[in-house]
Amino acid sequence: MKKTIITVVGKDTVGIIAKVCTYLAENSINILDISQTIVQDYFNMMMIVDTNNSKKPFGDMVDELDALGKEIGVAIKCQKEEIFDQMHRI
Amino acid sequence: MINIYEVVETNNMIERENLDVRTITLGISLLDCIDSDLEKCKEKIYNKIYEAAKDLVKTGEEISREFGIPIVNKRISVTPIALIGGACCKTVEDFAGIAKTLDDVAKKVGVNFIGGYSALVCKGMTPADELLIRSIPLALSTTERVCSSVNLGSTRTGINMDAVKLMGEMILQTAEYTKEDDSLGCAKLVVFCNAPDDNPFMAGAFHGVTEADKIINVGVSGPGVVKNALEQVRGENFEVLCETIKKTAFKVTRVGQLVAQEASRMLGVPFGIVDLSLAPTPAIGDSVADILCEIGLEYAGAPGTTAALALLNDQVKKGGVMASSYVGGLSGAFIPVSEDQGMIDAVTAGALTIEKLEAMTCVCSVGLDMIAIPGDTKATTISGIIADEMAIGMVNQKTTAVRVIPVIGKGVGETVEFGGLLGYAPIMPVNPFSCDNFVNRGGRIPAPIHSFKN
Repeated sequence: MKKTIITVVGKDTVGIIAKVCTYLAENSINILDISQTIVQDYFNMMMIVDTNNSKKPFGDMVDELDALGKEIGVAIKCQKEEIFDQMHRI
Repeated sequence: MINIYEVVETNNMIERENLDVRTITLGISLLDCIDSDLEKCKEKIYNKIYEAAKDLVKTGEEISREFGIPIVNKRISVTPIALIGGACCKTVEDFAGIAKTLDDVAKKVGVNFIGGYSALVCKGMTPADELLIRSIPLALSTTERVCSSVNLGSTRTGINMDAVKLMGEMILQTAEYTKEDDSLGCAKLVVFCNAPDDNPFMAGAFHGVTEADKIINVGVSGPGVVKNALEQVRGENFEVLCETIKKTAFKVTRVGQLVAQEASRMLGVPFGIVDLSLAPTPAIGDSVADILCEIGLEYAGAPGTTAALALLNDQVKKGGVMASSYVGGLSGAFIPVSEDQGMIDAVTAGALTIEKLEAMTCVCSVGLDMIAIPGDTKATTISGIIADEMAIGMVNQKTTAVRVIPVIGKGVGETVEFGGLLGYAPIMPVNPFSCDNFVNRGGRIPAPIHSFKN
């Protein structure tokens, strides 16, 4: 399974999760896990998603989520899981 | 499974602490491009590099996007050109013509530097080696992206003092040829002792003759990440300090390993090495000098600097070695002056001199790097500086290098601006006493004894 980590950082506001989830559902991206926390007054959300059946190439997903983030006023990043795995697991 | 704090930590390193992959360097052997006809040789070089590297920049950008990590430079290193052009180059203009070909293909494939306009003369010079060295000023003043390096000595062979003398003259001539641009040519020219074959960093990258046809080498960097980690352990003892550097270096290097493997897979080129380096940039918060200050010095150059740098360098290697399957290149902390805001501040404050930098090079990677000196410095003085640095490398079995820039028309107290990653530098005073008779002796310094270590 190809896992991708989506992170959302910004000021908390109504409907952030809803909007991101809608985008993912529209593109057949399955959410495996969601967690969130507040770090230094900022809303931090992390989603682990499965992009195996995604309708979009990875690069397009990165750009579209970035654009969606700008629309809501938060920063959305989309990265393959390996970078975190490599750094934090031996 | 990965948790949110780990994700936040990684992304903070990238966004706030300037963690990046400094370079993906594609090494290409040009040995099969040798031809007795100059035009044919140039054509073969152009075609081979173009075919090998046409997807390099695109691949780098793609990896950068997938993992959300900046990959700052995509570069190429080639077999030392003295070996490739020996059969067809009869004049300095012939050699400079090959440099022009390298420059053209570098621009075509979109890399910002191409290294390997080099000669390896640690024991002696062939006529081709000498011709290439004499062509360096012309080559660097008529090209934009070509980098040149010359290996002048090694632990096994000693130091070629004839070549050291010649390079002093060539550095000054390169400065003269590029004086309109504040002698920028010298920023693309470095001399080595014990030059590694697989270094991905410029200006000293070349593709050694013992390497495969093509290879991917990656250089990582994260002085800001180390500095930030050390801020969390202020006042703790050396054990805690060293453990923190080691763990941070491990994390940083893992990113390099991942990028190197991905690049290797996507380009279908074998993975060579990861260079475990702390390479600063002029950006604020991306400074090796700042780490030294965080360790406890008022400025880089204060008493204690050499010890602090020694422990930093050693811990970076200890942490990095386990993070990568193959380690090589220069691996260690770089201490360029113009490319590091903390170093510039230390020089401006009067804390850091060339002599202290020389001492620092005994315990870290590379050597006297990106140091601007007065334009009226004598060629023999530059050769003397080079000889000292080569001796440190030769005796300590390590790589050392010299990249000094005699800025024509400027003197101590003035500043020179190179722009971009090369930064700016205050011109540093050089010891004014002569070493003419030493440099003019000619010949070789014999290899040192490998026993009786004291």
